Amino acid sequence: MKTIKQQFHRIATTLVGAALLSGAAHAANEQYFPLQSYRVGPYAAGGTGFFGGFIDYMQYINAKGGVNGVKLTWSECETEYVVEKGVECYERLKKGLNGAPAAATNPLSVGIAYATLDRSTADKLPLITINHGRTDSTDGSVFPYAFPLQLNPYSEVSAIVNYIAQKSGGLDKLKGKKIVTLFHGSPYGKETNPILELLAKKYGFELTLIEVPHPGNEQQSQWLNIRRLKPDWVILRGWGVMNPVALKTAQKTGFPADHIIGNIWSNSEDDAAPAGDAAKGYISITTHPSGTSFAVLQDIKKNVIDAGKGNLADPKRFGNVYYNLGVVNGILNVEAVRLAQEKFGKKPLTGEQVRWGFEHLNLDDKRLKELGALGLVQPLKLSCADHEGGGAVRFQQWDGQKWNVISDWVQADRKLLRPIIEESSHKYAKEKNITPRDCSKES
Amino acid sequence: MIYTEAGQFSIRYSHDRRIFRLRQDRIGITALLLFAFAAVPLLGNDYWFSAILIPLLVLSLAGLGLNLLTGYAGQLSLGSAAFMAVGAFATYNFQLRVPGLPLLASMALGGVMAAGVALLFGLPSLRIKGFYLLVSTLAAQFFVEWFFTKFGWFSNNSASGVISAPPLLILGHDFSNPVGRYLLTLAVVVVVTALARNLVKSELGRNWMAVRDMDTAAAVIGIPLLRTKLLAFAISGFILGVAGALWAFTYLGTVEPHGFDLARSFQILFIIIIGGMGSILGNFLGAAFIVLFPVLLSQLSGSLLSGVIDAGQLENLQKIIFGVLIIAFLIKEPDGLARLWQIARERARVWPLRY
Repeated sequence: MKTIKQQFHRIATTLVGAALLSGAAHAANEQYFPLQSYRVGPYAAGGTGFFGGFIDYMQYINAKGGVNGVKLTWSECETEYVVEKGVECYERLKKGLNGAPAAATNPLSVGIAYATLDRSTADKLPLITINHGRTDSTDGSVFPYAFPLQLNPYSEVSAIVNYIAQKSGGLDKLKGKKIVTLFHGSPYGKETNPILELLAKKYGFELTLIEVPHPGNEQQSQWLNIRRLKPDWVILRGWGVMNPVALKTAQKTGFPADHIIGNIWSNSEDDAAPAGDAAKGYISITTHPSGTSFAVLQDIKKNVIDAGKGNLADPKRFGNVYYNLGVVNGILNVEAVRLAQEKFGKKPLTGEQVRWGFEHLNLDDKRLKELGALGLVQPLKLSCADHEGGGAVRFQQWDGQKWNVISDWVQADRKLLRPIIEESSHKYAKEKNITPRDCSKES
Repeated sequence: MIYTEAGQFSIRYSHDRRIFRLRQDRIGITALLLFAFAAVPLLGNDYWFSAILIPLLVLSLAGLGLNLLTGYAGQLSLGSAAFMAVGAFATYNFQLRVPGLPLLASMALGGVMAAGVALLFGLPSLRIKGFYLLVSTLAAQFFVEWFFTKFGWFSNNSASGVISAPPLLILGHDFSNPVGRYLLTLAVVVVVTALARNLVKSELGRNWMAVRDMDTAAAVIGIPLLRTKLLAFAISGFILGVAGALWAFTYLGTVEPHGFDLARSFQILFIIIIGGMGSILGNFLGAAFIVLFPVLLSQLSGSLLSGVIDAGQLENLQKIIFGVLIIAFLIKEPDGLARLWQIARERARVWPLRY
């Protein structure tokens, strides 16, 4: 590890030297990341963790000499998760900072992502919606600048069903199983219902969809209903306060927590911990384990946190779900920049060039090991047509104190989902008069 | 001296009924419109159009809608965002389902739909008043949000419930770029504002004010309460509906029920309270205050204090400053920004004398 780092350091310094000597260096040899962060308001827990991890990773890269000598720079603009503030921030920051061009935007908010989708395409600036975003933006031929990296909502439910099948001993064993999906009464909550119905028809399990009205702090009748149905599994598609309440009510009605599977917005420490004992045994999906044992996190700790430069106000949150998502997001952004530099030169790049980098991301186990992120980031390969890349999740279980990973990567059935995604993206293209790119002609 | 009306006589009734009776006002407003239509598109950049001017104009229009209802007709309402949502969704659906319907016609029809819904939720105003009416309009807020989430048909069964606006084509001209969206918004806002200004000077406007000041007395002198109150709801709903359509189409480019939540209704209410109840100009001043001030504070703190104070605390600090400013201002001038302008105007008319 050490030798690699030393080598990397040497290469980086040589490159900086070479760039300076050649005299071709820009006035500001910097790549800029506009951060539409949210540190106040109801979602501050997610925002501070995610942007804390993202910023710490960039500080770590800078501490090691930047990306091939190009330093990373960023500035923040508070959105409070409010759409119009996010738009204002987007417009304010998109031009770059002190001559450093913007690489990509990462709003971590579905609403802001939707509102800046058209603008991103017009401004040629990649829009990264890691683990969320518009499902059909997976189709890069219609959405050239949107990247729902790692996991879109459809892949999410498909992977959960595959996991249940694994647990029951194969996809054919799903027949006759009873699965209840408890979903948040919002567009987000409903988004995957058609996919669950499709899967239920395909594999022959019995599906019951039960809605919990927003915000979900009263679920007695829903859980009584579940007790009557006696399902084998409950998929919890919750949000915010709905999650701990679901776990507590499940305990009251006598449904075992280890047969409840939480989705991507029901998987943080903040979702399980408030339920106390009732959460013990609760399972949820995750695209990245929490914890601090990964080499990259140890390096961040050594270079950034211990140097007193960490971005988190509360150092105890180092390594939690949101923080690690920020680190994962940092890794993917920086890797895209690094890749694009190989093609366009080791200098600050435009959004359009960085997009090329994202489209050619190819992280295999070997590269992930070099990055110190093996097990933290799933193997990922993007292309012009596929802007998601991974579609795998791991499952974790709450032991009352923390999450423990209990499975390897479980893949979603992406072949099955692709036609549905394309149908939706083509409908969008028609509505907006977009001619999809021909991906066979893209290099 | 400059702003004096000496020498300007009304020699015809039509002169008396003009929107702006003072020549200086007429020149001023013409210059302002010329500036907004001709100079701003040349001077502004993307940031100003997309992030400042368009939301400013749309919120001014929304404020105008509520001000007719609350400031002129005296009916309290917290359903403004709901009527905006109806306007936005109806416009989207007219565009989607009636091929060939021009965008502006869809917007007008969207406004009519919003007027209908507002009329429905205005019915309780015949029996209840004040804060009780406020609560009953709150029902509109929750009902509409639930309704558009529940029934997927209105969002064209889009999986995520968020729909994106179609291209802004008017007579074959594409208004989708920032300048185009600004000009389109400005044009709609100017036309509707001119209509509203005429309206409040008409018989209906005077009836509204009579009902606002004392509805029993208004009824006694023969003003039909039913018609007056319901018209206030309908016209306010229409304007809010158009504002909602603009918000969704020319500003954000997306329509989702959650974007029109209770917080938006409060925002509009604050605009008219800070701007000035019963004033047309007040809506623009109030919206400017609500839109520009937080942005200014955030820009200032970003450049002056970044790095000195923790980013999260900096955000909270801005909220505190903004709140303090509102309180201080409302103590100093409870009638709103429009009143300040009025005072300045009175002073200017007699200047250099004091009275």
